[in-house]
Amino acid sequence: MTIKKEKNANELKIYVEGRVDTATSKEFEEKAKADLGGVEELILDFSQLNYISSAGLRVLLSLQKIMNKQGSMKIVGANDIVKDIFEVTGFSEILTVE
Amino acid sequence: MKEMTIDAAIENIETVTDFINEELENYNCSMKAQIQIDVAIDELFGNIARYAYSPETGQATVRVEVEESPLSVIITFIDHGKPFDPLSAATPDVTLSAEEREIGGLGIFLVKKSMDLVEYVFEDGHNILKIKKNLE
Repeated sequence: MTIKKEKNANELKIYVEGRVDTATSKEFEEKAKADLGGVEELILDFSQLNYISSAGLRVLLSLQKIMNKQGSMKIVGANDIVKDIFEVTGFSEILTVE
Repeated sequence: MKEMTIDAAIENIETVTDFINEELENYNCSMKAQIQIDVAIDELFGNIARYAYSPETGQATVRVEVEESPLSVIITFIDHGKPFDPLSAATPDVTLSAEEREIGGLGIFLVKKSMDLVEYVFEDGHNILKIKKNLE
């Protein structure tokens, strides 16, 4: 997994590449949360994300809860397999997936 | 049939995944099925790594078999840690909002949804969890 971040004023964009799974979810969580102070719009770019397992879903839920309090969060570029995982788990109802 | 026995540790999930994927490469496995299998390995081997022997460590055996007509792959995870039936976990309510959501049981729920068969037995001191995925 590789993570790149771009911050513009109160917008934070995080590009996640590879897999968010049991082995990598902690790093994803730490890196994502490190820069959330003052962020009102969080964009997760998943166009290079191969897959996500429940460990990664747990992090998305946690980020969504934070962003519900301080602004908004959306996921862009997710492939069909990742979207299918969101659908099956009901996460497509919780998350904003574009 | 092929199998590997390895320390049940999170850093070994990748080794197990590569071992299974190498076997799948011999068959015409769709990308979607392969990723569903990879996610299932992450959930199931990950559970063994985190809970089966905690706080001690131990080994797990992963076995892969392929059946023909219909073409399907069967993966069996065996450990001798604490008896634990993941299928007994309550089914998560997938209709709740972010604030109400609890995350427990989501991994095994994903596995049940994406595999064609998930079976658990506790036998001779071993947790034996078998998953089957039809490839056609």
